[in-house]
Amino acid sequence: MRKLFPLFSLVVFTSLVLAACGTPVAATPVTVEVTRIVTAEAQAAGVASPTAAAGGEATPTAAPAAAPVAGGERLQAVMDRGKVICGAHGTFQGFGFVDSAGNWTGFDVDFCRAWAAALFNDANAVEFRGLSAQERFTALQSGEVDVLSRNSTWTFGRDGELGLTFGPVTFYDGQAIMVKKEIVDDPAAGLDALEGANVCVQSGTTTELNLADQFRAAGVNYTPVVFEDQNAAFQAYDEGRCDAITSDRSQLATQGQAVLKNFADHVILDLVMSKEPLAPAVAQGDDKWADVVHWVVYGMIQAEELGITSENVDTFLTSEDPVVRRLLGVEGELGSKIGLSNDFIYRAIKLVGNYGEVYERNLATYNLARGQNELWTNGGLMYAPPFR
Amino acid sequence: MNIKAFWRDIRVLKILAQAIFVIVLALAAGYLYLNVTANLARQGLTVGYGFMKNPASFGIGESFIPYDPSNTYGRALLVGLVNTLVVSTLGIVLTTIIGVLAGVARLSSNWLINRFAAAYVGLIRNTPLLLQLMFWYFGVIIQLPSVRQAIKLPGPIYLTQRGVYMVWAEGTTTFPAWRVYLILAFLSIFIIWFALRSVGKRASVPLSPWWNLAYLLIPLTIIGLGALLQPELPLKPFIPELVGLNFKGGVRLTPEFAALLFGLVVYTGAFIAEIVRAGIQAVAKGQVEAARSLGLTNGQTLRLIVFPQALRIMVPPITSQYLNLAKNSSLAIAIGYPDLFSIAGTIFNQTGAALEIIMIMMLSYLSMSLFTSLLMNIYNNRIQLVER
Repeated sequence: MRKLFPLFSLVVFTSLVLAACGTPVAATPVTVEVTRIVTAEAQAAGVASPTAAAGGEATPTAAPAAAPVAGGERLQAVMDRGKVICGAHGTFQGFGFVDSAGNWTGFDVDFCRAWAAALFNDANAVEFRGLSAQERFTALQSGEVDVLSRNSTWTFGRDGELGLTFGPVTFYDGQAIMVKKEIVDDPAAGLDALEGANVCVQSGTTTELNLADQFRAAGVNYTPVVFEDQNAAFQAYDEGRCDAITSDRSQLATQGQAVLKNFADHVILDLVMSKEPLAPAVAQGDDKWADVVHWVVYGMIQAEELGITSENVDTFLTSEDPVVRRLLGVEGELGSKIGLSNDFIYRAIKLVGNYGEVYERNLATYNLARGQNELWTNGGLMYAPPFR
Repeated sequence: MNIKAFWRDIRVLKILAQAIFVIVLALAAGYLYLNVTANLARQGLTVGYGFMKNPASFGIGESFIPYDPSNTYGRALLVGLVNTLVVSTLGIVLTTIIGVLAGVARLSSNWLINRFAAAYVGLIRNTPLLLQLMFWYFGVIIQLPSVRQAIKLPGPIYLTQRGVYMVWAEGTTTFPAWRVYLILAFLSIFIIWFALRSVGKRASVPLSPWWNLAYLLIPLTIIGLGALLQPELPLKPFIPELVGLNFKGGVRLTPEFAALLFGLVVYTGAFIAEIVRAGIQAVAKGQVEAARSLGLTNGQTLRLIVFPQALRIMVPPITSQYLNLAKNSSLAIAIGYPDLFSIAGTIFNQTGAALEIIMIMMLSYLSMSLFTSLLMNIYNNRIQLVER
C-alpha cells in the first residue's frame, strides 16, 4: 500500500492537469451555467438602477451569450464596501512607497486616493495592497484588488490575453539604460558600447523582453542578470555585479537617486528602448467601474488644463464658463450617468489635486522633466476628452 | 449468527469511513475544478498549452543547453529545469560530504574540531535559508574585487565579483577523432570491473586493494596514447583573458550559481551533520568496544563497524534533506539565478498562463522529488539488514 502512494499521488496530479487542459465536453455545461448567473445579476442591476435603464444599456431581453459585458458588479461591490482596494507598488519611491510611518505616498498612489475621493468624498477610503510585478495581474484577475495603479505598461498582450482593461495613460515612460560613467561617459552612446555587458533587470516586466529585442536587433551580445526584486537589481548593479541596469526612465531616475551610493557616478543613456505608457488597469467585464477609473483621471487632466487646483477649486464653483461648471458638477448630470455623485471631479480635485499637482508633489524632487507628460497645450501628450 | 445493526459492525464501519473520506476528497477536488473553470469562464480566459510553442524573446543569463531569445517558451522552461537539476545534483553530492564531515567532527574528542562543528550546526540551522543566500550573494560574492582588479590565484584562477574564471580545455581539429579513445576508456572501466570480479572469485585470498589502481591507470593510458597518436594534440588550454568589459575564455562559475550552490550546501549540510551524529550515536556502544578489542583502529572501527550500521538509520532522514535541498533551490529567484521557478515566473508573467505554468512547476518538482525518493528507497532497501 505504501509503495502505491507515490503512484496514487501522481495519478491524482495527472488527472488534475488533464482537467485543467480542458476537456471541452466537460467544461461546456459549466460555462453555460455561469453565463446564466451573470445575466440574472446584470438584469437585476439594470432594473435596480434607473439611470442605467434610462440610458438603455441593459435590455432585459439580451441574449444570454452577450451577458458578461454588462457588468456593474464591481462598482456596486466597491460602493457597498465603502472603500477602494487599490493594488500599488510598495517600495518604489516617487510612485508607490510606504514610508517609515506606514503612509502610502507616490504618484500612482495619489490616483488611488483620487478614485476614493470621487466615490466617497474621502481620500483615505482606500485599502492599499503592495503587489510585486509578478503578482499584480493575478491579483486583479482574481478580484483581490479593484484597480491596479502600479506603474504597469499598457500592452496589447496584457489587454487581450490577461483579460484586463487599461485606463488612460497617467505617465508616458520609456525604457532606458543606466551605465557606470567609468564604462560609458557619453549619454548619446548607442548599445554597441555595451558589447559583452552584464545587464541587471527585474523579472516579470516588459523590460526583460525589450532588453532582449533591442540587443538582438543591434546585434550586441549581453548577459541578463534577472532579479525578482527591483531593489535587489539596483543593489547588485551598485556593487558592480552588472555593467548596466535597465528599467523605465522614471524608475532609473527616482530609484537611482534613492538607492545608489553615488548617483553622480552613473549616466542614463539618451537611447529610448521602448514605449512604456503606464496606465491604471481594471479587470475586464465591468465597463461601469472602468468608466469611473478612466474619467476621474481625465477629470484631473482637464482640471490642470483649466487651471483648477486643489487650492482654488472653490472659487471656480461660481465660474460662468459652462466647461468648468459641467466638469465640477455645478450644472449638468455627468456624474450620475456613470453612477456617481455629480461633483465627483470636484471632490477629487479638492482632496487630491489636479494632474499637475500630483506630478509636482511626487516627482519634482527627482528632477524628472514633464516632457511627454506635459499637457497637449504645452506640447505634451496629456489630453482629456471633453466633458459634455 | 445474530443479526446486528450494520452501524455496529466494525468491519462495515471501517469500509464506510474510508468510503466517506474518498467521497469528501472527490467532492473537494470537484468543487475546486468547478470553481476554477467558472472563474476562467467569467473572465473569458482560456486554458491551454499552445503558448509553449511561441518564441520566448527574453534572455537567460546562464544555461547548460543552447538557448537564445528566439527559442520557444518550452525551451526556456527546459533551460530552467536543467539549471535546477544541475544545482540540485551538485548540491546533493557536496552537502553529503560536508554533512558527514561535520557530523563526525561533532563527535570528535578534539575540543577545537568538536566546538567548531557545533558552532557551524548551531549557527546555520537556526537562521533562515533566504537570509543566508542573500548574505552569500550580496555580502560575500558580490563584494569580491571588480573584474579589472581580479584576485589572481595560480592556475590561473581569477576571483571576481562577476564570478570565478578558470582554465578549461578547448578541443582542436583532432578532437572528433580522439573521441573514439574516450569511449574506449569508458568501456575499459566495465571490462576491468568484470575481470577483477571473476579473478577475485577464483582466488583463495582477497585481492590486494592496489588492484583498484587499474581503474585509473588503464583508462588514462588509453586516453593518453590516443592523444599522442593524433597529428596534433586534441586539447589545448583555454585561458581566461580580460577582453573589454569582461573575461573571455576559460570556464566560469557565475556568482549567482556559486552563491546558490554554496548557500544550499552549507545549509543542508548542517541538518545532515545532525542526522549523521544521531545515526552514529544510535549504534550500540558494545559494537565499538568489540571492534576495539579485536584490535581495529579508530578509522577501521568507524568505516567497518559503525558506519554500515548507522547508515540504516541515517538514509531515510537524509532523503528528506535531499528533497529539501532540491526544493529550496527555488529560492534562487532572490539572487538572480535562472532556475525553473524564476524562468517559469517570467513566462507566467508574459503569457498570463498562471494555471498552466503552476501545473508544470508542480509536476516538475514532484517528479524530481519522487525520482530522488525512488533512488534513495532502492539504496535504503539494499543496505537494510537481510534476515534469513
